[in-house]
Parts: sequence; C-alpha cells; structure tokens
Amino acid sequence: MPIVVKRPRLTLAEKCYFPALMKGLRITLGHAIRILQRKKKVTMQYPEVKWDDNLPEHYRGAPALVTDEHDRERCVSCQLCEFICPPRAIKIVPEEIPPGDEWQKVEKRPESFDIDMLRCIYCGMCQEVCPEQAIFLRKDYAITGVSREEMIHDKQKLYEIGGKREGLINKWNKLK
Amino acid sequence: MIELSELLVPAIKIVVLVFAVILPMVAYSVWAERRVSAIIQDRVGPNRVGIPFTKIGLAGLGQPISDGIKFLLKEDFTPGHVNKLYFWLAPALTMVPAILTCAVLPFGSELFGEKMVVADLNVGPLFIFAIASLSVYGIVLAGWSSNSKYPFLGGIRSSSQMISYEISLGLSLVPVLLIFGELNLSAIVEEQSENGWLLLPLWGEGAIWNGGWDRFFLFFPSLLAFIIFTTSIFAETNRLPFDLPECETELVAGYHTEYSSMKFALFFLGEYAAMIIGSGLIVTLFLGGWSLPFGCDAALMQMAGNPEQVPWWLGLIHISTFLVKVVGFIIFFIWVRWTLPRFRYDQLMKLGWIVFFELALLNIFITAGIIFLTRSPD
Amino acid sequence: MAVSKKSSEDLVNVQVDGHWIRVPKGTRMIEACKQAAAEVPHYCYHPKLTSPGNCRMCLVEMGMPPRPTPGEEAELDAEGHAKINWMPRPVIACANTVAEGMGIRTQSLLAKECRQGVMEFLLINHPLDCPICDQAGECTLQEYSVEHGNGQSRFLESKVKKPKNVDIGPRIRLDDERCVLCSRCVRFSKEVVDDDVLGFVDRGSHNTLAVHPDRKLENNYSLNTVDICPVGALTSNDFRFKMRVWFMRETKSLCTGCARGCNTLIGSREGKIYRQGPRENNKVNSAWMCDSGRMEYHRLEDPARLTDPMIKRGRTHNVVDWTEAICRAAKDLSRFKGDELAIIASGGMTNEELYLTRTLAESLEAGVVDVVKRSGSGDDYLSHSDKNPNVNGARKILKLRSPGSRLKLIHAGIAEGKIKALLVLGEDLLDIGFSEEELGGLKCMVLVHMIANPTAKMSTVVLPGAGYAEKRGSMINATGRLQRLNKAIDSPGLSREDWEILQGLNRAVDGKDEVTELVDVFGEMTSAVSIFKGLSFAGIGDLGVDVMDTGESVPLLEREAKRVRDGLIVG
Ligand code: SF4
Ligand code: SF4
Ligand code: SF4
Ligand code: SF4
Ligand code: FES
Repeated sequence: MPIVVKRPRLTLAEKCYFPALMKGLRITLGHAIRILQRKKKVTMQYPEVKWDDNLPEHYRGAPALVTDEHDRERCVSCQLCEFICPPRAIKIVPEEIPPGDEWQKVEKRPESFDIDMLRCIYCGMCQEVCPEQAIFLRKDYAITGVSREEMIHDKQKLYEIGGKREGLINKWNKLK
Repeated sequence: MIELSELLVPAIKIVVLVFAVILPMVAYSVWAERRVSAIIQDRVGPNRVGIPFTKIGLAGLGQPISDGIKFLLKEDFTPGHVNKLYFWLAPALTMVPAILTCAVLPFGSELFGEKMVVADLNVGPLFIFAIASLSVYGIVLAGWSSNSKYPFLGGIRSSSQMISYEISLGLSLVPVLLIFGELNLSAIVEEQSENGWLLLPLWGEGAIWNGGWDRFFLFFPSLLAFIIFTTSIFAETNRLPFDLPECETELVAGYHTEYSSMKFALFFLGEYAAMIIGSGLIVTLFLGGWSLPFGCDAALMQMAGNPEQVPWWLGLIHISTFLVKVVGFIIFFIWVRWTLPRFRYDQLMKLGWIVFFELALLNIFITAGIIFLTRSPD
Repeated sequence: MAVSKKSSEDLVNVQVDGHWIRVPKGTRMIEACKQAAAEVPHYCYHPKLTSPGNCRMCLVEMGMPPRPTPGEEAELDAEGHAKINWMPRPVIACANTVAEGMGIRTQSLLAKECRQGVMEFLLINHPLDCPICDQAGECTLQEYSVEHGNGQSRFLESKVKKPKNVDIGPRIRLDDERCVLCSRCVRFSKEVVDDDVLGFVDRGSHNTLAVHPDRKLENNYSLNTVDICPVGALTSNDFRFKMRVWFMRETKSLCTGCARGCNTLIGSREGKIYRQGPRENNKVNSAWMCDSGRMEYHRLEDPARLTDPMIKRGRTHNVVDWTEAICRAAKDLSRFKGDELAIIASGGMTNEELYLTRTLAESLEAGVVDVVKRSGSGDDYLSHSDKNPNVNGARKILKLRSPGSRLKLIHAGIAEGKIKALLVLGEDLLDIGFSEEELGGLKCMVLVHMIANPTAKMSTVVLPGAGYAEKRGSMINATGRLQRLNKAIDSPGLSREDWEILQGLNRAVDGKDEVTELVDVFGEMTSAVSIFKGLSFAGIGDLGVDVMDTGESVPLLEREAKRVRDGLIVG
C-alpha cells in the first residue's frame, strides 16, 4: 500500500516566500549577533588550546599495540583485525616464535604489523575484535607525517604508542 | 590630437579602480563570506592569518593573500580529455565581463574636478547588460570543454538560468529608466542626490511635501522593480538560493568541477566580482549611488562655498558612501546565502518565467500609467 | 504424494524430521539425513573411512514401527505409513543403517540436548587456541560450538594439560590439547595408506593421540590427515601460520606433479599461493592426494622466475617488449624449414598449448616434434610413475606413438648439423641429456619457460611463461580423463600464459589477425582432434570427462571400491 502524503495547502503568505524568508534571515541574524556579542563560545583555538585532558574515556585515537606486564607482545597475529578493518588499513605477516624464546609456548607472533594511518578511519573495530586484547585505540589524534611511508605505523612504532597494559587476559601467563 | 591627460586620467582611474578597489574587494568579500557564514553558524571562521612570522592575527585579514598565494602555487592540472583552448579561455571569459562592467559605475561624485567614473557613458545600463550577458559564455564554455558530465549539466543549467533571468532583469529596470528619463548612470545618481533616492524619496522635489506626488505613487512600482532586480541579480551571479549550476549535492561543483589552481580561482573571483558589480548597480539605481541621504550633499556643498567645484573631502566622503552601501549589499548577499536553502530547478524556472517576467512587464505599464497621470507633459 | 507404502526391492522408506524419503537399503542414517537436507553434525564419521562411532556428536532420536502381534494390523498415519514408536535413548547416525519405516529426528529436544552435552564435554579440556590455531575459520569444533554448544563453560577445575607442538613427522605438527579424539587420522593411516603409526595412549581425560615411539608419520600421504582432522590438532608445517583461511580464495584446479591429475583446491591471497589440497573426485583421487603434489606450488615461487621477454644480443640477454620478442622469434624460426627445425615440447603442457604447438609446427613445417619423457617412482596409491601430467594429451594431439622416442633423432640431427633451429617449450634441455656444446652449435633457439634455467642462458629468444596455477587449460590424465586447470593467481611480471605466447607465435608466423580466447582454441581442437569431438571447454566441468581408454586403473580407488562393497565404508 503506497502511503499518500497530502500536499499541504499553502496560504498566500507561504506561497510568496517572503515571510519565511524574513523568518530565516531573522534566525541567522540572531545567531550572528549572539556570537558577535560573545554570549556563546563553541570553537576552541586548537594548537594553543587543547582538550587533551577532557577527552572522553571512549575517545578513539590512533590504534596501537600493547605489551603485557611481562613485556610480552600480546598480539598473536590472529589477523582478525586485518580481516575486520573496514578500509583494510592493517597488514600483518605472522611468524612462528622460534624455539628457545621465552614465550615459545605462545607459538605465534607478528613478524611485521603495519597500520596505514592514511587509511585508518579510527573505527575501533580492531580493538573490538581482538581476542588477545592486544590492540587499543589510544588518545593520540595528531598523527602527521610528510610522506606516505611515514604514515604507515610499523610494529615498533605501534608498540611505542601503545606501551604496556597490565591485567586483562591471562591465558598465557598462568601455568600453561 | 588627444591630450596626454585625456589618456592618463582614465588609465589611472582604471588601474586604481580595478587593482585598488575591485580586486581587493573581491578577495575580501571571499573572506567576508567565510567570516559571516562562520558567525551565522556559531563558528569563528578564518581568524589566524595576519602578518607572517609574527603572532599578529589581524582577525584573519591576511587570509585572502595567503589564499591567493596558495591558488597560484597549486598544481594547475589540465585533464587529458578536455578541449584545451576553450578550457583555458573559459575562466578568463567569466572574469573579464565582470570587471568590464564596472567601467560605467559612478563610484563617487568628483575628485579634483574629475568625475569618479571611468567611462561616463550615456547608455550605462545598456552597456552593463550587453557585457554582463557575455559572462554566460565563460560558464557554458567551461561546462562544454571540460568534456565531462557534471560540468556539462552545470553549463546547461547556467545558460538557461542566465538567459531566463536576464529578461526579468532588463524588464524590471525599464520602470526605473522611465522614472529618471535618463540612461546616464552619473546623471541618475545626481538626480537622486538632489531629489531623493528612488526608494527613499524624502527630500528635494521627490518629497511629498515638496509636491513630489509622482514619486510617492512611483515608490511602489520602484519597490517591485527593486525586488525583481535584486532577485534576478542573485540568479545572474549564480548565488544561493539560485546556485544550481554548481550545486555540489547534485553536480559535484558544476561547471568548474574539472578546474584547479588559478583557473578555478578565476571562476571563484569572477563570481564575487559579479556580485560586487551587481551590488554596485543596485546601489546606483535604487539607493542613490554615492549620494548622502536627506539632501546632505547640497548642505555640504553650501558649506564648502564653491557651488561649481566639489571639494576633495566631500569627494572622498562620496566615494566612501558608495563603498559602504556596496559593502552593505555584499553582506546582505552573504547573509541570504547562508540562510536560504537552494531552489529546485523547476521552481527557479517557474519563478523566472511565470512570476518575475509577468510582474516586471506589468510594472512597466503601471509606471508608465502613473507617470502619464502625475507628470504634466512638458 | 507418490511415496509407495511398501518398500521395493532395494529402497526403504525413512522418515527424517517428519518427511518421508526413500533411500537405498543399507544407507547409513547420517547419509539418509543428508539426502533429506538435515545435516547431522559429526566428527569421527568420514565417508571414506570406517565408522567407529566414538565421538557421539551424531546422536539423533530414532524410532521404529512396532511389530504387530499376529493378526493385528499396524496402525497407519495420515500418509499411510506405520506409526513410529520413538526410542527413549538416542542412537549414533554414523554407524547405523536405515530400516524400513524408520523414523529419525535430528531436531528434537533429545537430539539437541545430546549435541549440547557432547559439545560441552569436548570443550572441557579444549585450550581455545583459536587465535593461534590454523584451523580457525574451517574448524568444525568452532562451527558446532556456535551452532549447538553452550555459550558458557561450567567447568571450573583445571584443564588437563597435554603435549603441544609435537613433532610427529617431517610435515606435520600435532597439538594434543586440540585433538577431539575422533581417530580419523588413525583410521586414515591404517586403512587407506597402510601405515599404522598413529594411535591413542592413556585413558579418560588423559587419552592422547600419539605416534609410534620408533616411527614418524612420514608417508607420502600424511598431509591428508591434516585435511580430515576436524580441528586444529594436526597442522601442516608448510602452511603453519602462513595465512588465515578466511583470507584465501579457493580455485579448483589440478595437481601437475604426475600423470594422476589429482583434483585440487588452491588457496591463494593477493597473488600468492599458500596451500594446495585435494578436491574430491571419485574417478581420480577419491578425497586424497600425495604430499609431494601439494608442494608443487612452491615451484612457482622460484626466485629465478622469468618476468620479461628477452632477446640475446652478443653474450647478454636484453629485455624487450612482447611484440618485439614474438616477432623476432617468429622471424628467426621461419628462416629454417623442414629438417632444419625441431620442436621439443613438454608433457607438462596443456592440450590447448599442445594444439597450438601443432599448428605452429605445421605452418613452420618443423621436421621433428616430440615431448620429453619423465618417469620416476610411483606407488600403489595415487602417485604415478609418469611424472608428466599430460603425456596422453601429447600422444593424441601431437600424434606421437611413443613420446620421447624422437629425441634421439634430434640429438643426431644436431650432431650432424642438420638441425639448425630449436623451439623448446617448457623444458630444460641441459637437464634431459643435451650438452652445452650440442646446443652451442644451433643457429637459433627459442625457449618458452617460466624459469631462467641454463637452457634459457643459451637461447636466442626467451619468452617467459606461466606456471600451472597461473593459467587455464585442460589435460588428460593417466586413466584418460580430460580435466581442467584453472588460474589461481597472475604470473609474475610481464610473463604470459603459455597458450597466449604460442598463439602469438602462430599469428606472427601465419600472419592472420584474429583475437582468440582459450575456449576458442579448445573449440578449434574439438574438430581437429578426434577424441575431443562434441566437447566444449565449459563442458569438461569441475570433475572432468573420460575421453580415452588407457586400460589403467587407480589402485587406491579399487581398494576403496572393495571396502564399499564390503560395507566397511560409505565411499
Ligand atoms: S586481532 Fe589482536 S591478536 Fe589478532 S592480529 Fe590483531 S592485534 Fe593481533
Ligand atoms: S581503527 Fe578501524 S580503520 Fe583503524 S586500523 Fe582499526 S579497524 Fe582499521
Ligand atoms: S581446534 Fe578449532 S576450536 Fe580448537 S583452537 Fe583450533 S580453531 Fe579453535
Ligand atoms: S588429531 Fe585430529 S583427526 Fe586425529 S584424532 Fe585428533 S582430532 Fe581426530
Ligand atoms: S560421527 Fe557418529 S559418533 Fe562420531
């Protein structure tokens, strides 16, 4: 059943636009005057004034990898984040942890882990999907660089941003 | 034998007018557009660019200069599929007519005995229409030579829109010319200065108490003409609410989609130049051009003593008056742009052909009738 | 409803989830359910292996019509079938066969609770290694636990620890914690490849899969256990941690390791192959393939792959574009006629390539055309002693009575100086008995190959070809079955599919100007080669068609057929 929406019958005043036009002009003028009188302040002068301390808990900045309290890289390169990442910003090459390594029992780790920050849309999907709680969106938002290469965060850079996160899952730390 | 001064004086006027007045005004109307739109939207707008290497911001007054430098330094990219000649010609064709038309606008009374108008033509409005209608070529050529669909559609829209509104633009002006009985813009302004502005007939012979009954009755047709003329100028300059040739939601950017760098800037500036000239024309015709209201001109002239020679300070006052009025109009243009939503194309055409065209036509007859009834034939 | 109420000679009526179907006598219940589109989850059951019924995942509710007392008529339902008495206990669907009038419920509360219970038991000691487990994404334990399991574990005690990352053979790693003890691998080793090295040790929760202490799981079919393992307990060293399965695109193709032509699935991502496994074809390879065949794809990763066409100028090879290379090759070759020119093709070429070789040989009037024989050791299962995948195609298309026999003539021709030009397709001559002095005497040698081998160094024109997974085409295997290769990835650099190169040479020689597709080449071939009459490239299908009778049979398939006849397996 199609829904029929009746066209409203316009009065003459409405038909000749003028009253509506004046109303519109009044509204915009009102805003302009309010901002000119400095009754309202919305914009922040960015590089001088920053809001870093007020960033909400759920703020989504640059994604980064974290290590656990034993400095073990949490990421086991399951590649779920690579799969889920909508703009395909993540590229992981997994490798086997060689025998003799302290964490050999984890078996797998990323050989390389690149996030292309030119592609990343800061959606947080990677953080959400990660089964190892290894990737988090930090509060860093000013990600800049002068070349494309610079904008690709490699593993080292990602750990640099991410740092250490204690607690969380402990599958690999208990008697195992 | 032409005297050197006969060449030199207009040349100085042109250079000063174009490079010291119009172009900076164009640049700063872009800045004004950004600032005004910002305050309307509760923002700040460009407020940082001031004097380089200092912390002096000057409320962002340096912005147009840095914008200009940016435009000049950007890659000037010509897509491979365009028709090169016309693609290059089009931006110039939009800018040139806009600047040409300012030749006949009287932007002041007199300064050191020189009339403040580049060319004191006695067919001023006709000249303006003739030149201004050329600017449609720039847009059509841009749309066509870009050889891509959005510019093409934008070009087509623009040409039909400009052609349609040119008619109401022209017709709405006829009553004004009837009232003044004059085609020389300087003379029209002088007349208004003495006998009351067209939309403010409150002194001189225009005032009702001085027997200006004709002007009283003619006020209403003038008002109508003013509304039609102003709206048509909006349409002619492709400004919102009539910016359909470049409306980004449908056409990306319309006719200048494929342009970059300075060529794009020329379109941009052309649009603003057209807006300034349009404002100037409205001010000249309806709001007394450079003249001060309520007969102040005459009073000041008396103060100066010499009735033949306009003193330099009064000349400057007149120029500033004109500029103030024009700036006021530009701000009005901007204000409207950030208030109204865009018309639909069919609404635009309907407004032009069914409403304004008829009204303007009717207005001519009404004006003629009033003039016939109230003014005794000489 | 056209269902007859009486069972006929070999069909029985079975009710699955309320619908009556007719299936052959002796069908396993699980297969009957499958036919009724009611898939029963299972771990230990595999149609090619015996059914020990040890995982209990396939439990369903079963019922039979009551046996009427003498003189009493069975009570009938609306459709005229005898009414079913449901049994209070579930039965396993994998090891039981259907009977007339039997009812099966796969979705009843009982069946569901059974599955839930089994899943819970299976997961009690499971490590949940999914993030590092290669099976994740194609793991039935994952799938079933989503479909049939509990969201939460009620098990609070410590899990039983078992050996992880155990080296049980050169190509396989075992993770005992992940093993669900289905014994598929044990049965495969014992029943299919007669290499009984796997078994279970310890009891209860500590029951563990182990390899014989003195032996390894190292037979040439060992990687099949990785395929059939429903979980990630057995993983392939070759594929281990290389790529997650959900990223891979699977291409149906063939193994070109020997004349068997095992059907394969190639898993690739972004132009790189990560694994190759068997694809079921009961006329060729059942559900298996050999380990060496799986590794075939590594040949495509040769660092010496040719990427650009080259022409030899003086002592060095210069990179040129394709047009120049093809024109040069065609010009050089057509300077020699008849006995001066020989073509050495390969039994590894597809039918289409061989056919284009034939037309090229005809227009160049080449004196001798032959392929190289390549035999190795075969075995009693799948691996064939003929290591060329398409000698039968060469036989038919190039009309060779005994392939490889004319190479002698070529040797002699070169020695006499009669043969001055050689077109070599996909072979390394120095590897098959030609010497450098011999080849040095040639005026012109054109090579189509994918690797920069020593022959390429001596060739005047080198045309880079594609590997088996980088091209399309068809081949005829040892038992005379025509099957299709498919393109899984692009060949590197500017290299091209071989049939395109040959087509280019053909066009350069005969001067015709037509664009052809691979299917057109096949179409042309159907009229030129009698065994392909009436076929089309698409008509070959995924499983191939028999086009020749070679009198050969597949030993593994014969034994499988016997086990089916004996009722041991479903097949
Ligand atoms: S999802 Fe987590 S564990 Fe998996 S690869 Fe990404 S960061 Fe590593
Ligand atoms: S935040 Fe989103 S876009 Fe960025 S890497 Fe993670 S999943 Fe990808
Ligand atoms: S076997 Fe399956 S459920 Fe177990 S860890 Fe591997 S993927 Fe996960
Ligand atoms: S290793 Fe795999 S196939 Fe073998 S018993 Fe365990 S789960 Fe079954
Ligand atoms: S599949 Fe039936 S018991 Fe395992």
